[in-house]
Amino acid sequence: MTTHAHEGPLQHHFDDLRQQYEAANMGMWAFIAQEIMFFGGMFGAYTVYRYKYMAAFVEGSNSLPIQWGALNTAILIASSFTVAMAVRSAQLGHARAILNWLLGTMVLGVAFLGVKVIEYSHKWHHHLIPSRDFRYEGLLDPGQMKIFYSFYFAMTGMHAIHMIIGIGLMFWLIPKIRRGTYSADYYSPIENFGLYWHFVDIVWIFLFPLLYLIGREPWISI
Amino acid sequence: MDQHLSEEHHILPVKLYLSIVSCLFILTAVTILAAFVDLGALNTPLAMLIAIFKGTLVVLFFMHVRYNTPLMWIFAAAGFFWFLILLALLMQDYMSRGWEVVPPVEFLNL
Amino acid sequence: MTTTTTAINESPTVTKTNGRQESYLNASYGIRSWLLTLDHKRIGVLYLICITAFFMIGGVFAGLIRLELTTPQGDLVSSETYNKLFTMHGVMMIFFFLIPSVPAVLGNFILPIMIGAKDVAFPKLNLLSWYCFLAGGSLAFLAILLGGIDTGWTFYTPYSSTYSNSWVGLALAGVFINGFSSILTGVNFLTTVHKMRAPGMTWFRLPLFIWAQYATSLIMVLGTPVVAITLLLVLLERVFGIGIFDPALGGDPILFQHMFWFYSHPAVYIMIVPGFGVISEVIACFSRKAIFGYSFVAFSSLAIALLGFLVWGHHMFTTGQSLYAGMVFSFITFLIAVPTAVKIFNWTATMYRGSISLDSPMLYALGFIGLFLIGGLTGLFLSTMATDIHLHDTYFVVAHFHYVMVGGMVMAFLSGIHFWWPKMTGRIYNEGMGKTGAILIFTGFNLTFFPQFVLGYMGMPRRYHVYPEEWQGLHIMSTAGAIVLAIGYALLVFCLLYSLFRGERASANPWKAKGLEWEIPSPPTLHNFDSIPIVTSEAYAYEEEDVTLAEKAAADATEEVAH
Repeated sequence: MTTHAHEGPLQHHFDDLRQQYEAANMGMWAFIAQEIMFFGGMFGAYTVYRYKYMAAFVEGSNSLPIQWGALNTAILIASSFTVAMAVRSAQLGHARAILNWLLGTMVLGVAFLGVKVIEYSHKWHHHLIPSRDFRYEGLLDPGQMKIFYSFYFAMTGMHAIHMIIGIGLMFWLIPKIRRGTYSADYYSPIENFGLYWHFVDIVWIFLFPLLYLIGREPWISI
Repeated sequence: MDQHLSEEHHILPVKLYLSIVSCLFILTAVTILAAFVDLGALNTPLAMLIAIFKGTLVVLFFMHVRYNTPLMWIFAAAGFFWFLILLALLMQDYMSRGWEVVPPVEFLNL
Repeated sequence: MTTTTTAINESPTVTKTNGRQESYLNASYGIRSWLLTLDHKRIGVLYLICITAFFMIGGVFAGLIRLELTTPQGDLVSSETYNKLFTMHGVMMIFFFLIPSVPAVLGNFILPIMIGAKDVAFPKLNLLSWYCFLAGGSLAFLAILLGGIDTGWTFYTPYSSTYSNSWVGLALAGVFINGFSSILTGVNFLTTVHKMRAPGMTWFRLPLFIWAQYATSLIMVLGTPVVAITLLLVLLERVFGIGIFDPALGGDPILFQHMFWFYSHPAVYIMIVPGFGVISEVIACFSRKAIFGYSFVAFSSLAIALLGFLVWGHHMFTTGQSLYAGMVFSFITFLIAVPTAVKIFNWTATMYRGSISLDSPMLYALGFIGLFLIGGLTGLFLSTMATDIHLHDTYFVVAHFHYVMVGGMVMAFLSGIHFWWPKMTGRIYNEGMGKTGAILIFTGFNLTFFPQFVLGYMGMPRRYHVYPEEWQGLHIMSTAGAIVLAIGYALLVFCLLYSLFRGERASANPWKAKGLEWEIPSPPTLHNFDSIPIVTSEAYAYEEEDVTLAEKAAADATEEVAH
């Protein structure tokens, strides 16, 4: 049995489709492990400063619009569902369905970014972006407040960049889906994109409580 | 091959995905509500536990790790484990900084 | 190892019409075929050319440093310029020479062949990793050309984040992009070793070079992203003023150091563990013996990879880190000496009652064992907090890391280059020149760096270009050694390049070594193997030589009958 490089989806250095699939899956998880460490560096630094400057972090967190954060969390969770459905469609070999679910994911992704634009511009108007024009007029140490906002922007900013990359990847996948490149025997790029998108969702699942929900004024005390 | 590659990989039912996403929505609501209940020092660990549970649901079901081989479980867990190493050894410095007692000036041979 | 033919690819070894043997080198011509290659062997060669160039740039800075230090006064360059010299020497050597060296050159070339694969798992990512390396190195070189950076290769804040007026941002960008090269290589190697081993190549039949590359890949994947985000945060602090490392804001410079060293300590294991892998191969071949305690050596690579992530605070004993954290880091650092020592003991035990031949690769390997031993043992002085208080930031540290990185890793790299050169190029180099180069390098190295242990012990700080007159003798010795070292390097480069034009053509197995890479032609064909090899024997089956040769003769005879 001979295999040519251009005959079907099997690349020449692999023995069969299963090996190719498992390799792609493993490679993607190794890459995700690296992404975890990338964000992990920021989460680690965040933990240090939250430990040191709890009061500033509480005040900073309370200044963040919880409704937008909650909405964004819901949007991302929904988008995880749509992308999981897209991967499922790929497994079933339904190109049209992959396209539709991915488009849904894109719409949700863009909506997320839209909310972030609203949040960031609000911060801009209040001079809370920690560039040289930072102006904090509360009672706490302005340096510590600047550190909180630095983490807010660095972490959500890096997350947003990953979302933008994800949306870009979806743009890149669409023509290939329409050309029928993916089938029930070869759908690793779709699945790997799904893994990437889920990872970005998980980062936000942690970002939301860590940034928006610190020391909120209680309605109920126990 | 007679069976498509994907069929070996467990095509999960839509119902399962729907239940997972519902769980995630509900847990998000719980997280928000719990933030407004004063549990003192327990607020943060609770929020983190819920987040970890949500993340686990995504990893196991949306990312198919539940249906993967043990080797892939190791790959998936490795990143989180390594992050915990970073966190633990980093915080052990900051949390133990106050423990040192600096002798008064008279005791130093200056 | 016995192989049987299972035809999956019908391109046998072909002699082209011009009489030349078909190989990966002449499978296609033209610059595009090299710059767009997906062949792991060509990518290894591309890396070799580039790291040699970066090594020379780093070497120029080393030469200038040694020149300045020959006299006690700061008379050759100003302090600011001197800061730039050692910074750029460090950045070039660590990020653009040592870290890629064995993995990207020898790993890329040999790893797939050693496990019986036709390529790595992700050939396109492999090419991308080379471009990331080239882009990163070019940005760093551009920073040098525009005026350089003076922060030290460690980029400590707040100097790097706020006060330095040199081209820090550009250099940081270069190092950041280069990080992707490491990460992609690591992802590739991990997947390749898991998924693309030939039939019969079980984990415990793998050559120890593969175990070492695997352990290194774990470090590359899990460590590099942390330095990436750290340097990115410094860049953001420089450019946008968002600051978490600036003490004026309540930031903690020690946090930068924690995050930086979380990667940079494991990075030193990225820089040495592949070398360990090379040494295992070379010692086994030139002692004609299997490596003693194979599984201990294999697991020791993994142990070093894991423990390496737990010790980074030993770079920070004097910085203001808590004493208790220091104790934890110091203790674990002692532990890491154990798997490292296991390797040294096992290599020595391998040579005992072996049939030693002192070819060039073996000379480098023997040099490695001695020099790495000294470097490693002096690390124990540094991991002991009490002595480190005195030795930190002195020339003792400089000597220690040059012993492990140059006396260790560079020697191991050169050992590997000399060992696999016939395989990679199809040429044999002049053995006399090879041996002379090895001896010159060994001698020059010791002359350069041993006096630095003494200087450091006596208190000479590192990164200073002015020192008390009474130390000049030691410095002159060190500079003389550097000249010998430079001559040694020049000789070996000449020796290898000369072999490309005038060297005798190599057979498939000039060293009579064991391993799948020695069963294919030198240089290899494009797809490495005509047919999937099937592995039936253990690694390093040197003692089974007679049996195997007889079997092989029988197998060759049946093959000829079948054709």
